[in-house]
This record gives sequence, structure tokens and C-alpha cells, in this order.
Amino acid sequence: MRFLLLFSRQGKLRLQKWFTALSDRDKKKIIRDVMQMVLVRPPKSCNFLQWRDLKIVYRRYASLYFCCGLEQGDNELITLELLHRYVELLDQYFGNVCELDIIFNFEKAYFILDEFIIGGEVQETSKASVAKSMEEADSLQETMEEYLNKPTY
Amino acid sequence: MPSSVRLQEMIRVIRSARTQGEERGIIQRECADIRAQFRQGDNGERSHSLAKLLYVHMLGYPAHFGQMECVRLIASTRYSEKRIGYLGAMMLLDENQDASLLITNSIKNDLSHNSQYVQSLALCTLACMGSAEMCRDLAPEIERLLRASNSYIKKKATLCAVHIIRKVPELAELFTPSARSLLSEKNHGVLHGAVVLITELCEHNPGTLDQFRKAVPELVQIMKGLVTSSYSPEHNVAGISDPFLQVRILRLLRILGHNNDTASDAMNDLLAQVATNTDSSKTAGSAVLYETVLTIMDINSESGLRVLAVNILGRFLLNNDRNIRYISMTSLQKIVQTDHNAVQRHRGTIVDCLKDQDTSVKRRALELSLALVSAVNIRSMMKELLIFLSTCPPELRSHTTSGIFNAAERYSPSKRWHIDTILHVLTTAGGDVRDETVPNLIQLITTASELHCYTVHKLYRALVKDISQQSLVQVACWCIGEYGDLLLKGECEEIEPVQVTEDDVLDALETVLQSHMSSPATRGFALTATMKLSTRITDNVDRIRSIVSIYGSCIDLELQQRAVEYNALFKKYDHMRAAVLERMPVMDKNSPGHTNGDTSGEIKEPDPSKPKPVEAGLLSEPASQVCDLLDLLDGTDTPLQPSPAPTSNPTTTSSADLLDLLGGLEPTPVLTETVYEKNGLSLKIQCDKQTETEVTVTLIGSNSAQNDITNFTLQAAVPKSVQLQMKAPSGNVIPAHGLGQVTQTVVLNNPNKVSLKMRIRVSFSNQGAVHQDTVQIDSFPTQASQTSVSPL
Repeated sequence: MRFLLLFSRQGKLRLQKWFTALSDRDKKKIIRDVMQMVLVRPPKSCNFLQWRDLKIVYRRYASLYFCCGLEQGDNELITLELLHRYVELLDQYFGNVCELDIIFNFEKAYFILDEFIIGGEVQETSKASVAKSMEEADSLQETMEEYLNKPTY
Repeated sequence: MPSSVRLQEMIRVIRSARTQGEERGIIQRECADIRAQFRQGDNGERSHSLAKLLYVHMLGYPAHFGQMECVRLIASTRYSEKRIGYLGAMMLLDENQDASLLITNSIKNDLSHNSQYVQSLALCTLACMGSAEMCRDLAPEIERLLRASNSYIKKKATLCAVHIIRKVPELAELFTPSARSLLSEKNHGVLHGAVVLITELCEHNPGTLDQFRKAVPELVQIMKGLVTSSYSPEHNVAGISDPFLQVRILRLLRILGHNNDTASDAMNDLLAQVATNTDSSKTAGSAVLYETVLTIMDINSESGLRVLAVNILGRFLLNNDRNIRYISMTSLQKIVQTDHNAVQRHRGTIVDCLKDQDTSVKRRALELSLALVSAVNIRSMMKELLIFLSTCPPELRSHTTSGIFNAAERYSPSKRWHIDTILHVLTTAGGDVRDETVPNLIQLITTASELHCYTVHKLYRALVKDISQQSLVQVACWCIGEYGDLLLKGECEEIEPVQVTEDDVLDALETVLQSHMSSPATRGFALTATMKLSTRITDNVDRIRSIVSIYGSCIDLELQQRAVEYNALFKKYDHMRAAVLERMPVMDKNSPGHTNGDTSGEIKEPDPSKPKPVEAGLLSEPASQVCDLLDLLDGTDTPLQPSPAPTSNPTTTSSADLLDLLGGLEPTPVLTETVYEKNGLSLKIQCDKQTETEVTVTLIGSNSAQNDITNFTLQAAVPKSVQLQMKAPSGNVIPAHGLGQVTQTVVLNNPNKVSLKMRIRVSFSNQGAVHQDTVQIDSFPTQASQTSVSPL
């Protein structure tokens, strides 16, 4: 996987994860182009697109588009499952996740993503394991915070 | 000190901004606060500030002043600060930033931290943004963690290793030994990472690939375990046990089994089992089946298995889910060359997919349909493709038209069908065809001499109906000009006769000339066609004369030049008009752009971007030079006939031909004869290629005198039935003292097999004086003969 993007129907970026090194200008261009391509697609279309030398896989969940850029050897169908798994993880963590949760707690969305995917590849295929790791990491944070008597973000 | 606004407060404030300007103002204030915070040093607020900065960054505002703060926070001892610091590093510091190297030491320390969550932060960050130097520094640490740690860390370390190998391929050897042992882990996360790692190692190094082939039985075992295992809630997705892992293992098996019989045999049973037992009602199952099919097609599987795979794809084609249909067409595209017949069986469904609403599906169906066209199904397929062309989305049109043309060229059952098809495409989508289409079509029409009458009638009718499609109009004008007499005769077996008068035809051409829809090139075609008709019609020559003289003052330079020249043809050279405008000879397809027999620089080069009609090139040559060529051949009788007309095919075909020319050269000893030697200039002729009807020779000029020879040009004339093509010379300066040469290739087409003779006029300047000389070559160097040369 080369990148993972989350954006709203109005074209606002909510999360961006890049798995290759690119300049800021290139990133912005890719975001613009991909958003443009995906946002014009009618509702019941195919979830796969060909763009430059990449396969774009996207899926809309409520008001958010989850979008990946894949290399030629990657399996598009399993990527759909991957996106679904990420949404399930977010849902489990936030409890009935909605776009606002991701906006106001974007750093947590990143932390969850980092427990699920590393370097563009899935690191843990068990949903329960990922949830457990997040919980434990958070508790580590809480303890520190508690100790220093400071509020969370 | 202003109290720090909590992150969520800030986000709320930013979102409440009603205009872009207001938002920018808020952001500026916040950034100022954040900068102040950073300057303050450690007070427990830094992580809040960095989190705010990261939000601002995501909105698209510059945030590079936070880079050093990330470095500092990563080095902190507090977990929450490390966490946000590493996140900041992944977002703000990529390998192109200098600051990224500064975190290498922190990462190194954190890799050996007590808490596995800190280790995990370091691993994740390294795998995300580690540069090549960082990877080199830290690779030994990663390797250690690969071998001896708990599964939580192992799985992350494995993927970190994958990143390292991608960045620094030489380090692959470091990880190869431990990779194999990871396959015996039970933890799915580690297994998945191991498979990815091994895949990466195999892709980098064929030697390692051989090594890992020994792991095929182990992988097969693991797969079997997954496929046949009872329900395990931890990894189950829609009834499939850990589809992520299954897909990865299948992908690795594909690489290991490719081109290797033993490995392929070992997986045959497993693949058959997966293919038949996997439930594909949900996406997870389909994903596994998809990967299985790809693997079966890519290894040396037995034929029964291949049939099974193609059947699965056929089933996918009928699936309601668009994604599945798309996937199956992508896979069929990959195998259409090797398993053509198997895919042909599904042609009907594929053609139906052309009518799908979705653009992605349409695109795939188009590519696959084009690949499936064959001599047997050309008529029915073309019907479908033409229907598709009329309704297809604009971004696919040019691809469709070029596909249709290629298919028509390869498999057309008859010339008339071919012409009809091209005409149909031009009327439907004339704006989306390639530039070469017009000359190609013209060439096709000239070769189908029995269809000239039919073609010109059809084109005339199309022209009268609609003049907006430029390519169609250009071809129509050319044909009407060329075959106007057939059009006026009125009778034609193939279509209903319609009486066309001379006025009708001239009206049509004038409409094209005057319409604002016509491009300049099209108007050029129309004007030339009008001119040509002057020799083919009887009554309305005056009307043509007046049209031509009107355009003599046209603003468009191209049209004006043509009109002026045609006018001259009417006035001063009326005796030549008939001959100049007579029927074109059949054009030679695929001849690269070249000039007429004359090679001096003033003659226009064929311009590949504008499909000018051929006659323009003929007429732009001043009449005097044509007479010169006649002079050269006073021995033989050459009427004023154009030497093989230069076609203005774009350079793509010419480069392809040049390559062909080079490919055709036999490695036999080349025969060179010196045909002229005087004053230091020597001209050699070298026989490059010889067939029964064609000879290719190269003329080589060299100079042994003291001074350079400049403006060196060659002109050549040949007997009447021989066609001459002179390619562009390599240059026109021959340096002195034999330091350089000028070469020029000449192709002689001798269909009547007369004895070949060539007269060459050499002209050059030496020390300011112009010299001219003529050489006659009576026979060419061949295997069996010698040249006889008589300088004149």
C-alpha cells in the first residue's frame, strides 16, 4: 500500500498516512487528484479505479471516504476487507464512531491505525488483539497523566 | 502566559470559522501560541501544543517549525509525550528532512526500552519514515528483535525489516536466516509478517528464492490448517479463517511456484482444495478465491486446475457485485494471451459488460473485448464495439477508436467492410481518432481500386449530411477531388444511384471551405480537391477558377499560398495542369517520410504533424527543378511523373521502419565500389540489401583533400519503371583529410526487374568555388558482379 486517506464528502481531509517518502507538494497533488476522482463517482459504482500506475480502492462509510492507493501486485478485494476492519476497530474504540469522533480525536485514529498497519502491511489480523493493545497503551498514558496530574488532550 | 487552549477547544474554534480568512486568522494566532509554548521548554504542555500543531498541519498549513519539537518530545521520558512526538515525526519528518537523522539515537534507545509499547512506537516510526542511513544504523537491532522477543514486538520488527530491505536492498542477507524460522510461529500476526518478509526477500534476490522454495511444504501445511480449521472467532471474517493471512500465503506460493515444476506440484492439491471449498458469497471469500486463481494461472499447474480457475473467473463474471466483475475481467485480461480459447467461451458475458453503467467495468470490458477479437468473430464483435462507441464515455473514446482500427486492420474480412467500418467510426467519433487515421484511410482507399466508385459516393453523402467531423471531411474532400469523375457518372452497383451534378459537388466543397467549423487543414484539403476537379469535370471550370482566385487573398497563409499556386497553374502552366492533377498512383504503405528524388535542403521536409495531401508537396516544388531531373535522364524517357509520392506518415511509422531496416540487414560482407574520384572527393556506393525487386544502397562521400567540402548534395535519377527513394543525408559537410564522411541511403524499387542504372549529380563547394559533376552507374555492386562506371 502506498497511502491511506480519509476525507469527507466536501473534500476535507481527515487522515492521511503515507507509506513512501514524498515531498509535500507531491502529497498535496495526489490528495487533490484522488479526491477529485473519487468524489465524482456515483453511489453504486465499482470500488476500484486505475490511476497512473496505482490501483485506487475506496469505500464510503457514512460521510467519510476511506481510500487506499495500491501497487499492482496487491489484492483489491482483501484491501476492501482491510478498510472494513479499520472501520470496525474505530467503531469498537469510540463506540458507534462518527466523523466528528475522528475529527476531534484524530491522534487516536492514527494510533489505532498504527496498531493495525505498519509500513503499508497488516501487522495484526486479530481484531481483539489490536483492541487490547490500544487499551493497554492508553492505560500507560493514563497512568502517566494521572501521576503528573494533568488532563488528557 | 496565555493558558493553553485544549486541543478539542481549538478544533471547535477553527471549525466555527465562517470564512477562509477567519480560519487563517485563528490558525495564525494558535501557531503563535504554539511557538511560544515550544520556546518555553518542558512544562507538561508541550504535547498539547504539538497535537494542536499536527491538526493545523492536516488542514494544510505549514508546520515545519514543529520538527525540532518532535525530536525533543521523542527523547522525553513520558509515554504520552513520546507517543505524540513519534506521531509528529511520522507526519512532519520524512527522510527528505535533515531533522530526521536526529531521532535515530532516540529510536535506538527506545528499541531496547523496558516497555513494549515504547519499543512499538520506535519500530512503527522507523518502518514508516526511516531513511536509508537510519535503516543501516538500526538494522542489527531490528534483526535482534526479530529473533528474541515476544510476538507483539516480533510482528512489528518483521514489518520493519521489510521496510529496511526496501530502502537498503543489500541488507536482505541480514534477515534471511531468521525469516525462515519465523514460519514456525503460531501467532498469526507474526506469521503474516513473516510471509510478507519472505515475499520481499524472494522478490529481491533469485538466489534467496531458490532457498525458500524448500519452505513450500511448510506453507502448504499452514494454509491447509487455515482452510480446514474449525471456527476460530479471533481470526474469522465472514466464515473465512484469517483471509489476510491466506491471501498473503497464496501470493508467496505464486512467486515460489512460478516456473518451477517441483514447487508447483507440491501446491496443486492445496490450490484445488482452496478453489473448491472456499465460500465466495462474501468479499473475504472472493478475495481468497481471486488470489488462488492468480496463483494457479501463474505457476506450472496441471490443465485441470487451470480449467477450474477459468471457470471460477467465469462465475465471477456473472456475479451481481460490480467489484467482482471488475476483478474477474482484470484477471481474464492477464490470461487472454495464454489461454485464449478458454476466455473466448465467456465472450458473450464480457461483451454484455460493455453495457454496464459503471465506467471502470466498461473500461475493463473494452480492453478484454479488444483482446478477444479474432478472425472468426470479427463481424459480430465489431458490431458490438461500434454500438459501444456511440454510447461510451468520452475518456474511453480515443482508446476505443484506435482499438477498432487495429482490429479492423488485422482481421477485416473484405476491403469494403474495412472501409465501411472506418467510415462508421469517423461519423460517430471523428473527433477522437488518431492523426494517422486520415492518411491511413486514404492509402486504404487508393488500394481498393474496385471500390473507388462506392467509396466516393458514400463519402459524398456523409459530407452532405454533416461537415463537423474533421477527419471525415478531410477524407471525403480528398476522395471527391480524386474520384470526382466517378461520382458524377452516377452509376455504381453497390448502392442506389443518385444523380449528382457538378454544381452539387462544388457546392459541397465550397460549404466546407466557407464553414467556420472547418479547421485550416480541412480547408486545405477542400481547396485542393476543388482544384483537382478542374480536370475531371467539364462544365464548371470557370467556377473553380473563381473560387481559386478568391482564396488568393485569403488571410490564412497556407490557403493563400495554395490558391496562388493553383492560379499560376491555371494561367501560366495550363498545359501542365492535366498532368499535374492526374490520378494518384497507389501509395506505398509504411514508407518513412522522405523527400522526392531531389535532396537539396530547400525542399520542404515532410511535416508529420499536419496530414497535408500529397499533391501540395508536388506543387510546392518549382517547376524548374523538375525539368532538371529530366535533364539528367536525357537518355531515357521520363514523363513528368512524381517519383514515389512522399506520404506524410508521422515519424512513429518511420522509426518503426528504420528499426526494421536495421533488422533486415544481413551480416554478410558489404560490397563497396568507388564510383567517382576527383580532386580528393571520392564517392563510393555500398550495397546494403538486395532482393529480387528492391535494392538498398548507401552512397558514401569522403574527402582526402586539404580543405573541407561544404554544401555537398547528391541528386539521382533512375530509369522509368524504377522507383527511387532517397533518405536524408547524414550531413552536407565533408571534413578534409578523410576525417569524416557523408552517407546517404537510397532505396530502389525495381518491380519490372529492368537492369538498374543510376545517374548521380554531385554538387559541392570547395574553397568558395562551386563544383558540379555527374556520374553514371550502369550496374550495382552485387554478389556476382562488379560495377562499371563511366564518369561523364
